[in-house]
Amino acid sequence: MADKVGAQKAGTAVPEGVGPGKVFPPLDPGTFAPQLIWLALTFGLLYLVLKRVVLPRVGEVIEERSDRIKRDLAQAEKLKADTQKALGNYEQALSDARAKAGAIAKTMRDKLTAEVDKERAKVEAQIAAKLAEAEKRITETKSYALASVGEIASEVAGVIVTRLIGKDVTKDEVKRALVQRAAE
Amino acid sequence: MPDPIHQFEIHPILPIKIFGWDISFTNSSLFMLLTVVLITAFFMLSMRSRALVPGRLQSMAEVGYEFVGNMLRESTGHAGMKYFPLVFTLFTFIFVCNMLGMIPGFFTVTSHIVVTAALAALVFLTVLAVGFAKNGIRFLKLFVPSGVPILILPLVILIEIISFLSRPISHSVRLFANMLAGHITLKVFGGFVVMLLGAGTFAALSPLPLLMAVALTALEVLVAFLQAYVFTMLTCMYLNDALHPGH
Repeated sequence: MADKVGAQKAGTAVPEGVGPGKVFPPLDPGTFAPQLIWLALTFGLLYLVLKRVVLPRVGEVIEERSDRIKRDLAQAEKLKADTQKALGNYEQALSDARAKAGAIAKTMRDKLTAEVDKERAKVEAQIAAKLAEAEKRITETKSYALASVGEIASEVAGVIVTRLIGKDVTKDEVKRALVQRAAE
Repeated sequence: MPDPIHQFEIHPILPIKIFGWDISFTNSSLFMLLTVVLITAFFMLSMRSRALVPGRLQSMAEVGYEFVGNMLRESTGHAGMKYFPLVFTLFTFIFVCNMLGMIPGFFTVTSHIVVTAALAALVFLTVLAVGFAKNGIRFLKLFVPSGVPILILPLVILIEIISFLSRPISHSVRLFANMLAGHITLKVFGGFVVMLLGAGTFAALSPLPLLMAVALTALEVLVAFLQAYVFTMLTCMYLNDALHPGH
């Protein structure tokens, strides 16, 4: 059965295609002329259409796009450089400002310190003067007090003597006696 | 069994005769014309908006443009870009003819040797014309490879000339034979399916050639593109010989 199928295939395919009086169509010289003519016409037409209309149009679009991309990239590059520059300027300004602020703070501190020192010196001088005065007064009071001691003693002695002997004694007498006693 | 050769027959649709020459409008002419119309329509439609950011169709058109452009530039350098329209026309024409041929019932323009031979001859003559126009007599240096011992140089030159002259033959037969063989194979396997279906119990085997036909269809679509690519690539290389024969 399989053989029969194969034989049938071989028997039908070959004679119909390349039978006597029939040429294998792709190699039939009788069809060459119309094919060549129409190939020349259609291929030529396609060539002209593509060359004149289509390819310039496509090429233009592609070129324009690549130009645009190039331009955009260049601009982006430029903007980036500008940004870098601006950033640099900003950093510079920032550090300048910082330095300036530091300087101002320092002068201000120095000035304040100087003023405070001056004030303190003044106040200390005043205190010292008051202290000296107070000391002087203390000394005076002390010497006065010491000087009064003798008198008080003689007065007290006078009173004691009066009580003891029941007789008034003058101050001078007491004093004399005291001085005499002290001399002995 | 259907005749696998039938699909290559040419019938006149509109018989025309001028000065005894048969220039009838045939089914082949119809598909050539359809190819031109399709290519033109595709590019007109896709490039209609000329958008900076391309849509789907425009991307396809641009990819095709860049594909052929890069092929030519890589082979010939910048000097070859002058021949870009020719190379692009060759590629799109052959590619669309091949692809149209993959649609069942459609005629395959490139399955006829006279068409591929004419295209190959066009390339061959262009290469000769460009070669002599650009380099004059120095174009013949193409046949004299450098660094070959003087003793065997005549032999090498002879071989180079023969290989140069056989270029249009291999160039045209490669495309023609691929298209022809592919379509015959597809038809034969399709015929097997029909035959097995009519053969009683053997009908159970019919899915096998059907699967084969499906797989072959995929392969043939690849071949249809590949042969257009190969034809164009060879054109670029031949043009490079014409522009820089010293290499």
